[in-house]
Amino acid sequence: MTSVRVTDLVKDYTLRSGLKRTRLRAVDHVSLELVPGRTVALVGESGSGKSTIAKILTRMERPTSGKVDVRLDDGAEVHGAAYRREVQMVFQDPFASLNPFHSIEHHLARPLRIHKRTRTKEETRERVLEMLERVNLTPAENLAPRRPHELSGGQRQRVAIARALAPGAQVLIADEPVSMLDVSIRLGVLNLLGRLQREDDLAVLYITHDLATARHFSDEIVVLYRGRVVERGPSDAVILDAHHDYTKLLAAAAPDPERPGSVAADRGPVDRDAIDNSVCYDHFAGEWREAGVPAAETKERTA
Amino acid sequence: MTATKPEPRPDAPEADTRPVLTVENLTVVYETDEPVTAVRGADLTLHRGEILGLAGESGCGKTTLAYAINRLHRPPARIASGGITFHDRSGDDVDILALADAELRSFRWDKLSMVFQGAMNALNPVTTVKAQLRDTLLAHRPGMSRKAIRERSEDVLRRVGVDPRRLGSYPHELSGGMRQRVMIAMAMLLEPQIMVMDEPTTALDVVVQRDILREIVRLRDELDFAVVFITHDLPLLLEISDRIAVMLDGEIVELDSARRLYRDARHPYTRKLLGSFPSLSGSRGAFIRDGAAPTDTTEEQA
Amino acid sequence: MTNLEPAVEATAADTAEPPAEASGDAPVRSGWRMLLPTMTPWLATGLVLIVGITLFGLIGPFLVGDPDQIRDMGLTGPSAEFPLGTTQIGQDVLAQLAYATRGSLEIGFLVGVLATILSCFFGIYGAYRGRFVDEAFSLLSNVFLVIPGLPLVIVISGFVPRESRGLWTIAVVLAVTSWAASARVLRAQTLSVRNRDYVAASQVSGERPWRVITVEILPNLLPVIASQFVFAVIAAILGEAGLAFIGLGASNSSTLGTMLFYAQNGFALPLGAWWWFVPPGLMIALFGMGLSIVNFSIDEIINPKLKNVRLHRRQARRAARRERRLARSSRGAAGGVPEPEVSDR
Repeated sequence: MTSVRVTDLVKDYTLRSGLKRTRLRAVDHVSLELVPGRTVALVGESGSGKSTIAKILTRMERPTSGKVDVRLDDGAEVHGAAYRREVQMVFQDPFASLNPFHSIEHHLARPLRIHKRTRTKEETRERVLEMLERVNLTPAENLAPRRPHELSGGQRQRVAIARALAPGAQVLIADEPVSMLDVSIRLGVLNLLGRLQREDDLAVLYITHDLATARHFSDEIVVLYRGRVVERGPSDAVILDAHHDYTKLLAAAAPDPERPGSVAADRGPVDRDAIDNSVCYDHFAGEWREAGVPAAETKERTA
Repeated sequence: MTATKPEPRPDAPEADTRPVLTVENLTVVYETDEPVTAVRGADLTLHRGEILGLAGESGCGKTTLAYAINRLHRPPARIASGGITFHDRSGDDVDILALADAELRSFRWDKLSMVFQGAMNALNPVTTVKAQLRDTLLAHRPGMSRKAIRERSEDVLRRVGVDPRRLGSYPHELSGGMRQRVMIAMAMLLEPQIMVMDEPTTALDVVVQRDILREIVRLRDELDFAVVFITHDLPLLLEISDRIAVMLDGEIVELDSARRLYRDARHPYTRKLLGSFPSLSGSRGAFIRDGAAPTDTTEEQA
Repeated sequence: MTNLEPAVEATAADTAEPPAEASGDAPVRSGWRMLLPTMTPWLATGLVLIVGITLFGLIGPFLVGDPDQIRDMGLTGPSAEFPLGTTQIGQDVLAQLAYATRGSLEIGFLVGVLATILSCFFGIYGAYRGRFVDEAFSLLSNVFLVIPGLPLVIVISGFVPRESRGLWTIAVVLAVTSWAASARVLRAQTLSVRNRDYVAASQVSGERPWRVITVEILPNLLPVIASQFVFAVIAAILGEAGLAFIGLGASNSSTLGTMLFYAQNGFALPLGAWWWFVPPGLMIALFGMGLSIVNFSIDEIINPKLKNVRLHRRQARRAARRERRLARSSRGAAGGVPEPEVSDR
């Protein structure tokens, strides 16, 4: 049981072109909370900062400012090597996230050995097979010695999920976990994630650009636009009762077979620079707030 | 689709049943050590001004079929049997499989153009958009005047929603969506009667994708070309196409109007595909759990 | 994610996803197998050359007589007793060739190993660490890259007194001047591998840096390293031959270069004693050729496209022929070969 509290996360990148340096704020005062058993969906386009947040949460990048506070049930703060045990990630591309040189067994055995979850070779092997069966990769004995290229995309992604859970992770960052998979197996993989979440009471951050799966597979949706949170709330409320222009735009752009012919009926392209990301609608509070400012200082805003 | 269109055209696609392309019993085989049949006995008729969706998952043969239509398939792939006939606007029928090399070259792009998956990265990075449009024009319309070339280039860019001032830009100066529009502009440069688009928007963000789809539908209405739109994204096809063909393991298992396919799919695979996409606004389908269950924590928080 | 229907969970038996590679072969068990090039006539030729010459260098010295023994039958051509004739002072050229081959192989291998270690360290470690370390290592390899190799080697070897100019000295000198180019190649490769998701995944799972480098990154660089090693060996043998030829070779060793040096000093060419200088020259050429051919095969592993081109050429020709025949028979018109042009638009 581990929860994560992210407060006022800011990440700046410095772009150098010649002698000129410009600062790009990829993430601007984003706060969110992950609690066991719940899924928060982080929705936005590429460049909205959602992958940067994933990198900061998995400690691949350092935030410019802000805090990531990971605590166990008893309130003890998690840091150092334990952080790697608690917070794990499932990458987007299952074809790139497994090392082509190593067997499936290697990918699962290493996290077990690193975090000293198993002691002997036999124990490790047993656990690897157990984990493969847990993600429905059977017969496990047959699959364990194989290498990634012998597996299909869906099978690979399930290996990646097993690897993420191998250290005993309680917080799972899933960065577009199904967008590279064939459509007919996407729901299967999402359902698998859901079952594992229920079994282990995981806190999940589901990063996606797909509003439909975000709505159906998460409890809370956080919409990100140009580094700022512009809308947040229970998933149904955000989708069905969108307040912010950007959320509305996203919802209108998602293909929906319920409205054939709507493409032609659309108004012209929306000028996205005109969309205001300085305000955020918070469905929990039921009010507009300022975006891009420290959480403690947000004031109610009328939009 | 006519009902939702802002201005109903006199020759709406439903009304127009003149075929522009007929594919009969097409079989494409990969001559590897163990020959693989990538497309098996495909039958298709593309009508003038129609958007035909071709849906299927990776490895189902949809891209092979698209390439074979244009004879762009590379060996070891070969067309083992079948016929592809193009019905020109002038009334001539062209047997694409019988075209000699030179004829084929002038046929491609002129009558039938293609936009590939990730085509936006196929633009030559070291020459400007202007030069690339000019090269294409000169290759097919030798002797075209400089002024005419300029006018035509500006016109196509305007049509796809790119500022003509971008003519002097290099591809890297354009965003992904903009580059994809330039590719579409290039494909329509010679006013082809058919455009084959293979996953033209897959690499793009939803909002940009939407903009480009709108552009395609609008251009189709204006210029009356037929589109073969290939993608794995069935909801997207349901929204934009008139008819949809569903491919599975090299065979077209179902071909029907978009509306009928959505309401009353016959093949189990089509139903499976349809069920793979949770609906955004609709009620949660049978495949999806109900997140608003009373035990859910959402209730407590909200 | 609470109320999910387990019925639609992904299973291994999911028919909608066939394995990515449906080859009929038994599943490959080890990553090492993947690194081996496929056997082709070219590779076989290269391997025969390398193995033959190596065996000659290893075993040859035990089968021939004393190479330094002086006889009073100078400059005799090939005969039954001396298959490659004798030198000016009656030494057996075959015996000399065997020892010289061994010497050259020793130095080639030694320099190959040293240069590869240096280039791996500066190339891979620098690129993995990034930022300052990478900048510093890049600068260093760039500096070494522009230093003209042979002149420096000549200066260094000339500086070291002849008595202490052993095999190791020469090897170190050659290695120090030849690692930079490979380091740059390895750096570029590492930069690309380092950014792959599997490296990030192993970092996220808590793998230590040295393990990430050696276990996750290095195996994927092995073909490149092997190719760089082969190049280093060729360069070292040639470099040492050049040094020895101008009299700056290792003092206590006999190599193909020293053989050429003595042949030159003994006026082998003007005297027409081809059996004295052709064998060592040919030996260097053949060994270099063998290694280069092997390198082409390694290239196929680094860039699998090359392999596909080779494998599919025959099938593509057959497919094109059958398609042409079909077009001709069914229509009587001349059907052309489809052009393999797709992406150039």
